[in-house]
Amino acid sequence: MARATGFADRALDLVMALFEAPINAVERLIGKGGMPYVFLAPNLVLFGIFTFLPIAIAIGYAFTGGTELLISNRPFVGLDNFRKLMTCDSYLVPGSCEESLFWTAIWNTLWFVGFNVAATLLVALVTALILNRAIAARGFFRAMFFYPVLLSPVVIGLIWKWFLDRNGLLNVFLQMLGVPPEIFLLDVGWSRFFVVVVSVWFHMGFYTLILLAGLQAIPKDLYEAAAIDAATPSRTLFRITLPLLGPNLLVVLILLMIRSVQIFDEAWVLTNGGGPGTANTFLVQYIYQMAFAGDLRLFGLASAASVLMGLVLLVLTLAQLRLGKKVES
Amino acid sequence: MSANVSAIGFFTRTRRAGRIDITDVLSWLWLIGGTLAVLVPVLWAGMSSLKPEAEITRFPPTLLPRAAVQMEVQGFDKPLSLWNVTVDGETREMAMVRRIGLKAQMVDPENPGTPVSVDTRTISPVQRLTVATENYTDPLTRFSFLTFLKNSVFVTFIATLLTLIVNALAAFALSKYRFRGDKTIFVLIISTMMIPLTVVMVPAYLVIVGVGLVDNLWGVIIPTVASPTGVFLLRQYMLTIPDELIEAARVDAASEFRIFWRIVLPLTAPALAVLAIFSVLWRWNDFLWPLIVLSSRENFTLQVGLNAFQGEFSVQWHYILAMTFLSLVPVTLVFLFLQRYITTGIAGTGMK
Repeated sequence: MARATGFADRALDLVMALFEAPINAVERLIGKGGMPYVFLAPNLVLFGIFTFLPIAIAIGYAFTGGTELLISNRPFVGLDNFRKLMTCDSYLVPGSCEESLFWTAIWNTLWFVGFNVAATLLVALVTALILNRAIAARGFFRAMFFYPVLLSPVVIGLIWKWFLDRNGLLNVFLQMLGVPPEIFLLDVGWSRFFVVVVSVWFHMGFYTLILLAGLQAIPKDLYEAAAIDAATPSRTLFRITLPLLGPNLLVVLILLMIRSVQIFDEAWVLTNGGGPGTANTFLVQYIYQMAFAGDLRLFGLASAASVLMGLVLLVLTLAQLRLGKKVES
Repeated sequence: MSANVSAIGFFTRTRRAGRIDITDVLSWLWLIGGTLAVLVPVLWAGMSSLKPEAEITRFPPTLLPRAAVQMEVQGFDKPLSLWNVTVDGETREMAMVRRIGLKAQMVDPENPGTPVSVDTRTISPVQRLTVATENYTDPLTRFSFLTFLKNSVFVTFIATLLTLIVNALAAFALSKYRFRGDKTIFVLIISTMMIPLTVVMVPAYLVIVGVGLVDNLWGVIIPTVASPTGVFLLRQYMLTIPDELIEAARVDAASEFRIFWRIVLPLTAPALAVLAIFSVLWRWNDFLWPLIVLSSRENFTLQVGLNAFQGEFSVQWHYILAMTFLSLVPVTLVFLFLQRYITTGIAGTGMK
């Protein structure tokens, strides 16, 4: 340990020796009052180039066509990309739309968001309520539920792909019960079901943690008062726990929606790129495919879809911020 | 109705000393069931990754990695497979010379004499515990997984280092100075938390093309360095460092950079540690952005390489699972040793 600290100290000394003279020269030049701008500069330059500039370009791209990457070489097409995305005989039937894949992706995403949000919220809430009880080995269980959150989506996709394989463990269990084996990921219904299962498995630990923090912030004396009044457990749950957790639940709900709309990585790996067919093709995958997969290079269409998705996410985020303020106050 | 009440009671009651009721049992069932649900798919993949290629698709599969045993027998050119043979009610291990229809010619491997003819329905292959280490060594040597690994380590290490320095500098400016536009800049930085990569990935790619970093590891590293969550976390922590320390240093004529590097940065160590852990996890697991930026194999990170590999060799599960497991190891170690920091970090900032 002492050696490690010694090494860190020497590394810090080295950086100090290298950078102190030039930075101090700057300080003499612009004065102490200018130094915060110098300290902020690297961050702001990176934000400017890689966050704010892309937002501006995205909006510009959405109004241009062609397959050129440089915006100056792209013809202006006005609202053409948006018109193309939004032209539909019936929005309920993706096949009747000019960009049928876009609407397939939208409906897939909406269904996924609905089921995933409901399932994750329920599982996370039940787990948080249980972990909030005085139960043995609480730390162990909390850690256990949290573990998948840290894994990579590719790894999770592969682990589950193997688990659901024709020769996978799930089919072994089914065989023990006398059920014939099923190739889950080649079946439209099952593959959609398991995309939700994997997503809940992946993320529920994160939301459990947030809800648990909310539960632990509820003053203990409220429960003591309820016990003195001989309140029934259901009364305690509905009159104390859930109302006081309510704002937290709403924040989690919106956070879940924001993240669910952006489903891509683990579903992409699990379903071999959105299959079977387009049963699991989601919005982000549509954008990715239009812009980067194969030789489509439809950057304008992809950007128009991004802008539409960005608007939805913006509304959700603003809702979250408003609620977040309420939780604090 | 009564079932309903007890289901609710199960969430709200706290255990009274010395009494175990139905709610405790249900809680335990939920927790143990959940733990199994987390562990079983991961461990199953881990066990499978140790199985030889021929065994991995056996159905129903064995739990432990096993393989048929082959043996050199005196007088035969090729190694022979070992079988359990029951002769006269006694089971022995014998080597199979050849197989004709329902009959098999077997010899005693220790003392090979004239082969005896045995009914194949009475024999079963001898299997021993075998760990297929080649599942791990082959991809590393033959399929450039070592390169993927190196790229991932490089990206993770450099990006984390830069993330810590760049965001600590910004947090220092935003927490310890009052200057024109400080509030605006803070709000501007924090507002970028709202813009997910998925919305700006197309134009962000254009920027990467513009600065000439396509198919370059730096193109993966640099756009992720400035982190609004990082600035927020470090700033909140630095606000708790007393200004008197900084004033005292100024009286001693220390330069502003020296104050940052020698006083503020060391005192921010706990928050830096939390950010470092998150940064390592983000970069190690990152997939979509490297997938867009990197196009040639020698630049792939582990996640992109794994994805490409499973697309090309979709039947080679023994290799895929071994590499999946390999990429799981660092994250699992981080989890085992630093779990406490991660969970408090999330509870404190709501970030992931």
